[in-house]
Amino acid sequence: MQVSVNGRSHEVNVEPDTPLLWVLRDVLGLTGTKYGCGISACGACTVHVNGEPVRSCSMPVAQVEGKRVTTIEGLSRDSSHPLQKAWVAEQVPQCGYCQSGQIMQAAALLAKNPKPSRGEIVRHMNGNICRCGTYNRIIASIQRASREG
Amino acid sequence: MNATVKPGFNPSRRRFLAGAGGLTFCVAIGSDGIHLLSEAQANTASRTMSAWVRIAPDGMVTILSAGAEMGQGSMTSLPLILAEEMDADWSKVAIEWAPADAAVYGYAMNNGRAMAIVGSRAVMLYFNQLRLAGAQVRKVLIANAAEKWGVAPASLRTEPGFVVDPASGQRMSYGEIAGFGAVPAELPAVDKSELKDRRQFRLIGKSVPRRDIPAKVNGTAQYAIDVRLPGMVYATARHSPVHGGAPESWNEDKAKSMRGVIGTVRLPDGVAVIADSLPHAMAARGALEVTWKEGRAEGFDSEKALAETYVQVHADPSAKRRTLDSKGDAQAAFASAAKTYKSEYRSDYGYHAQMEPLNAVARFSAAGDHVEIWEGTQAPDVSRGRIAKALGFKPGQVTLHQCYMGGGFGRRTLGDYASEAALIAREARRPVKLVWTREEDMAHGMFRPQSFQCLEAALDPDGKVTGWTHCVVGDGGVLLATGIKIPYYQVPHQHIEARGVPHGVRLKHWRAVGHVFNVFAIESFVDEMAAAQGMDPVDFRFQRMSISPRARAVFEKAVQMSDWKARRPEGRAVGISISERSGSLGAGVAEISLDRATGRIRVHKAWVAIDGGLVVQPEAARANIESGIVYGLSSVLHERVTLKGGVVEQSNFHDYHVERMADVPEEMHVAFVERDAAPSGLGEIGNPWVAAAVANAFYRLTGKRLRHMPFTPARVLEALQA
Ligand code: FES
Ligand code: FES
Repeated sequence: MQVSVNGRSHEVNVEPDTPLLWVLRDVLGLTGTKYGCGISACGACTVHVNGEPVRSCSMPVAQVEGKRVTTIEGLSRDSSHPLQKAWVAEQVPQCGYCQSGQIMQAAALLAKNPKPSRGEIVRHMNGNICRCGTYNRIIASIQRASREG
Repeated sequence: MNATVKPGFNPSRRRFLAGAGGLTFCVAIGSDGIHLLSEAQANTASRTMSAWVRIAPDGMVTILSAGAEMGQGSMTSLPLILAEEMDADWSKVAIEWAPADAAVYGYAMNNGRAMAIVGSRAVMLYFNQLRLAGAQVRKVLIANAAEKWGVAPASLRTEPGFVVDPASGQRMSYGEIAGFGAVPAELPAVDKSELKDRRQFRLIGKSVPRRDIPAKVNGTAQYAIDVRLPGMVYATARHSPVHGGAPESWNEDKAKSMRGVIGTVRLPDGVAVIADSLPHAMAARGALEVTWKEGRAEGFDSEKALAETYVQVHADPSAKRRTLDSKGDAQAAFASAAKTYKSEYRSDYGYHAQMEPLNAVARFSAAGDHVEIWEGTQAPDVSRGRIAKALGFKPGQVTLHQCYMGGGFGRRTLGDYASEAALIAREARRPVKLVWTREEDMAHGMFRPQSFQCLEAALDPDGKVTGWTHCVVGDGGVLLATGIKIPYYQVPHQHIEARGVPHGVRLKHWRAVGHVFNVFAIESFVDEMAAAQGMDPVDFRFQRMSISPRARAVFEKAVQMSDWKARRPEGRAVGISISERSGSLGAGVAEISLDRATGRIRVHKAWVAIDGGLVVQPEAARANIESGIVYGLSSVLHERVTLKGGVVEQSNFHDYHVERMADVPEEMHVAFVERDAAPSGLGEIGNPWVAAAVANAFYRLTGKRLRHMPFTPARVLEALQA
């Protein structure tokens, strides 16, 4: 099966029902995308498929054939995405484990809505758990990235 | 090391391993703490030493950090303390993890407990020793420059990264000195009086960016779950659903017939499945049918215990009890009281829910007599010992590679899952990555114990609180008792006790653990008395209780920050409370509203004033306290574990609810009360005050008391009807 991840095409030899998460992490070695719950309840595994945020733990790899998958590793080459810069400026991560998913979820928002309100941010981000409670810094970072682009 | 270590992996130990030339200082780790030594001393000493600080001729200063980083920032703040006293140029300081690795570094693991970072206390434990060590390094640098210039060392000063001669204006960088200098066999002694005055601090008390953050915004920070080894296979496990049980038999043939499954392994209290991929292992886990031997927690019904058993134990005069604190004559105080009060409170079990499900990677040497483990652990020494024991190895046969932790909160101090990974890898004869599913992490969790509490107080004719008794009933020994003492109130006659009721449920430290429910009870009770006396809760504490000056100061600060007596918008109310943890004190105010139709409480604003002594990294500390507030709110409003028939009823984030973005206060204000004292722990002072502050605010809003934590919508609706 052919999958296109971060602009590169890969031939992967897995069953079509294999969750995309494990193909990314264990077949392609892109371990920035995390496992948190496996049931679409935490957002740690969030990646983009054709620019839309999806929970890769619950998406069979067959469903992304012919589509563009982007992971945290492909968001920018050098941590230069405005959100990544804002995340550092606001010192968001604590344990850091949820943050790839948070950033990918947020990137999908800004791509569609460059100037989201606080309420729009909260609605869009509410499916992503941060057990370290960095939520307010996440909001501040999205607002900063939106401002500073 | 053949592990896949990503390019951005930071910190690494490249500089130390490459190390030739430059100045090296070693550290001795003993039960009395850490001491800096020269390499010469290190090589002759009987204790094992490891390199700790190295200054390279290019000016780079490498400092090891005892590496338990779970988001609290101690990986940055500990080396920073040393860098401050040595006057290093922070931009030229590289931080590397101190490996728990005797083979490479001779790290004294049997004394390693002295080095283990127990989250909230890291800075508190090492502050003085790290400062003295830094000052010694500085003294050596100055001595070398003085000799070169032919001047008296006392005439020289330092600026970040340089030794300076004010008389001649000459400057010499630390890198230059490292090029020619030497570390004397006997390091110069440093006296406390030679340490910097705190007004001279350039790093301590200022905020520098945390060093672990860049790798945490691009996916390169390496957690144990990310480690990949050549030839590695995958495992997951199913443990006895009743805690304390063990597997008798299981459908191995069925499991083995499934896609990619390599085999199954018996664990002391579970069964592991090994497969060629995690999804294959997880699918086979789902198909496992195991017959279990009866577990310790067989038949346990947590709600029944809380509603009935604990009440009976509390009412039973012959029940076994442990006195936790006692002074004066509480009985006499109650006998002569003008007024007495009594209240009861309850709390449910809580689960850590660290974001990274428990996991570890294990690889044996070809001869099978040595194992390497990759684990994110709060206590590398304990973990290593536990792994060795499980295998029948000596600790020297275990090498532990520390990884970033996707949350700890007290769960990751035992090495239990790392031991399982080792056992599985030995059977598999291949490197193994063991990952517990979230469901397993929860079902086989180790919980903050549930509790029933009864408090009574006696007031004298002046309305002063003279007598205090507090009885907590539940399982869990010390876990049940933390935070139950009230030194900040200094009530003259007190009796505080715990009554244990064992259930066989796995229990564990949990971000301030007992504080969570004990402080809820204590601070709700004080608020109840104040209300009954018709007094403002702060005035009541100041006038009717012998409150300590430190506690008074944090209350005063919280009052000022929150404008405590100000009117709130319609439908809002505030509540206040205080807690102590690891030497720190924190008073906080919560402003809430309530949806009376759904029973949903919303916390809009939180203010907390903290006395944590000297705060080494104010920005990281603030983030840590904010994290505590959210963690606290989560436990107060949502989180509950229940057991029926000895089995945990919740299984994942769809039925174990944690705080999400929409629930978080729009405003959280953290202030540190200035006090000239050594740092105290800050990681667990952010959450214990929250429960009572919310409950007390709820009372002001509704006239009703919330007595059972968490305050779920159902319980809120019930309280409103009461
Ligand atoms: S791991 Fe996919 S949503 Fe939690
Ligand atoms: S930073 Fe730890 S879970 Fe979000």
